[in-house]
Amino acid sequence: MARRAAPEVNAGSMADIAFLLLIFFLVTTTIETDSGITRKLPPIDDTDQKPPPLKERNIFIVLINANGELLVEDEEMELGELRQAAVEFLDNGGGEGDEACSYCKGAADPASSDNPIKAVISLQNDRATQYGKYIAVQNELVAAYNQLRNRESNRLYQMDFTEMEAAYNDPDTEPKDKELLKERIGRIKEMYPQKLSEAEPKR
Amino acid sequence: MSKFKKKSDGGTPAISTASLPDIVFMLLFFFMVVTVMRDTSLKVQNVLPFADQVEKLDKKNLVMYIYAGKPSPRYQQKYGTEARVQLNDKYANINDIQQFIREEKQSKREELRDMLTTALKVDKETNMGLVSDIKQELRKAEALKINYTTKEGDAMLNLE
Repeated sequence: MARRAAPEVNAGSMADIAFLLLIFFLVTTTIETDSGITRKLPPIDDTDQKPPPLKERNIFIVLINANGELLVEDEEMELGELRQAAVEFLDNGGGEGDEACSYCKGAADPASSDNPIKAVISLQNDRATQYGKYIAVQNELVAAYNQLRNRESNRLYQMDFTEMEAAYNDPDTEPKDKELLKERIGRIKEMYPQKLSEAEPKR
Repeated sequence: MSKFKKKSDGGTPAISTASLPDIVFMLLFFFMVVTVMRDTSLKVQNVLPFADQVEKLDKKNLVMYIYAGKPSPRYQQKYGTEARVQLNDKYANINDIQQFIREEKQSKREELRDMLTTALKVDKETNMGLVSDIKQELRKAEALKINYTTKEGDAMLNLE
């Protein structure tokens, strides 16, 4: 009689409490997106220095009008074709002598770019262009660069360029691996520098 | 006879719900871990565009956020439907951006100031005019590293 078993605590309401908390967190959760297209803005240039002249064929002009339609090198184009067109332009390698490109696999069309190092993509938009469409175009152009960089990176180091960059930005990577990655990334970036110029929109 | 009668005495046995709290707690912990409490409340519509060539922003404390878009429906009576910029918790003018960037830079340690990135969270229906104005201001404020925050997905989805 003296020893009674401890009475069991009723855990039936535990589920209710947990549900309450769960619903609170469900409601307040906003799974934050913080990935995006990283760009670097050009610094403001106050000097009256003229930019060095560029050959017409080394510039790839992409215009987006207020309705989101594309005009690429004076021809209308669908967004789906833009990536391929940009790759063909960058990888053309039509230069000779000093300007020859030893790793390009393009058609070497004399009317297109000499060398990826010289090739510039110029993106112009209207003030009334929708941001979503602008981002879509940016995305395609960055994709074109990434495609070429991945190709070279796979050839030289048997690894995707985007993978190398991700590993480099990952805080868990060992410092000595980082050194190596940094060097390789720098080398690929030298081969296909991202020269994406944005003009200030008209009107 | 008695062979068959035995079973019919209790009805269906009750299902044990003893493991229910465990399951719910598991879900709870999941949500607690992935939850990032927003430090600003959004006053603009913010449907981000899609892109698939994205890089992740790792160091969260080195990111400055600039929001832009139409005012949210409940503010539209007061502020109209013209796209606006939001800094911290309130609407701002384009020319407040430089001041905002300066303050953000001041609040960080000196050696980290060059690593600051500006994340542009812009609604996909905003006109580029506003975005270009923001970019101009950022150039003036010498905050040159920017990131167009996007959702991950096929860029073709933006055209719809």
